Amino acid sequence: MTTVLTAGLGLKPQHYDAALACPAEGLWFEVHPENYMVAGGPRLAWLEAIRERHPVSLHGVALSLAADAEPDPGHLARLGELARRIEPELVSEHLAWSTWRGTYFPDLLPFPRSAAALKRIADNISRTQDILRRPIAVENPSHYLKIDGHAWDEIEFLAELARRTGCGLLLDVNNVFVSARNLGYSAEDYVDRFPGPLVTEIHLAGHSRDSNLGDTLLVDSHDAPVAPEVWALYERLIRRTGPRPTLIERDDKLPDFATLLAERGRADVLLRAPLAKAA
Amino acid sequence: MEALRTGALARFQDAFVHTLMDPGALPDASVAALVAQPAFDVYRNTVMKGCIDALQANYPAVARLVGDEWFRAAAAIYVRESLPADPTLLRYGASFTDFLARFAPAAELPYLPGVARLDRSWTEAHTAPDETAIGPADIARLAPAALARAVLHPHAAARWAWFEDAPIYTIWSRNRAAAVPAPGIDWRAEGALLVRPRDAVEWIALDAAGAAFLDACAAGMPAPRAASAALEARDDADLTQLMCTLLAAGAFGRMSFIDDPISREENR
Repeated sequence: MTTVLTAGLGLKPQHYDAALACPAEGLWFEVHPENYMVAGGPRLAWLEAIRERHPVSLHGVALSLAADAEPDPGHLARLGELARRIEPELVSEHLAWSTWRGTYFPDLLPFPRSAAALKRIADNISRTQDILRRPIAVENPSHYLKIDGHAWDEIEFLAELARRTGCGLLLDVNNVFVSARNLGYSAEDYVDRFPGPLVTEIHLAGHSRDSNLGDTLLVDSHDAPVAPEVWALYERLIRRTGPRPTLIERDDKLPDFATLLAERGRADVLLRAPLAKAA
Repeated sequence: MEALRTGALARFQDAFVHTLMDPGALPDASVAALVAQPAFDVYRNTVMKGCIDALQANYPAVARLVGDEWFRAAAAIYVRESLPADPTLLRYGASFTDFLARFAPAAELPYLPGVARLDRSWTEAHTAPDETAIGPADIARLAPAALARAVLHPHAAARWAWFEDAPIYTIWSRNRAAAVPAPGIDWRAEGALLVRPRDAVEWIALDAAGAAFLDACAAGMPAPRAASAALEARDDADLTQLMCTLLAAGAFGRMSFIDDPISREENR
């Protein structure tokens, strides 16, 4: 791998033309592979055109690694086919489940971190890596529910998955902030404890309060700029770990491309700053 | 073969999805403590919103016709009976047309299922395999004897429909992209052809002869038989004009030739 990735952007169809033409140095794009699992047509053509100009990362939402089942073979095959076609710089998925007994629930669902779950998820990651013939990164999800009966701490669980499978970890700093606020723990402590050498990618995104639930919960809504507290956590993280490929995610209430590019520029500056070059 | 899954994690997941989609159900002990938390609704809301958003994106002309509120209320009912099986949500809602056809509140909008069918055709055309379309020159090169044996296969992205009861093409095309100011609608039978000869999906009106011609081609009939089918559908059809229109649109992807039209005819 010769490309050194700095800061990237989630790619939305509304921004294809601006993204394709953008000359920003080191810019890379991330997409959900599920949106490109089609037989043909302009979507694949757009993604291939982007890939010719910029590095691309495939960030899956539907492998359902934490389901007590093997990943759907058809879905895995389509992911493998897309990866062969696009040759992504990075591939990632979530520590969550979303497909269960043939039904897809478009969310990242929680589970008790048990020994059995650890084994199942490790097997599922290994199976995925065997098909893709490359390591993937696994992302910490946002949490909303207090689940009694976790046998494992989340960071130790992720580190153990990495040890067993050779996968990397994707640290979503916004998810850390949202989860810490919702479940009542220290986001700084979580970020400080996270195993830096295993981090192969970082995510930053905006969140919002859930007005239906009395504004007490933060929701990982990706519909706002990255919050100041999340920027602070991010700086704290990369000061310790050194620079890592960092993505700004935005999925809803999309601003124009230039606005997102400016937000991405902020991460890019931090990644190129001397403080991030320590490691 | 799906392995039998009966462990604690599988039981948790069975119970979780059950209560996720059926808020009235008594939750299983394995998830009762979760369901009791207000935050459980975050998952309910996210799953429901994800499905409804996808459906609205996939059926924009239907949504424009009935308005946001009506569409999302109907979609919520559809989602409860037909959750996605495929995580590529671009394909979600294959049965939404059938749902609308039997959805009682839609009974006074009898054109709605037809409009939904064309929205679905757009998605299918948009995601179909790439294929080079046959042009008029490809046909012009053929000797008359070869043309008699030629089967024109519809392009991989071509979708067409004939609507006997309503001007579905006019209603759909006025509501698919930006709303077109609508003068009166001439209430008549109409057909539609959607194609994607290059990148973008395009559409044209199709008459009964055109729809019958394409049906016959899709059934593997050689051009002369497809022409007969077109004339049966409409005895004043201008076949030369029809062929020009279909070829210019990019309705055909490849040609094959049957060996001997007469013996094939006799074998039928």
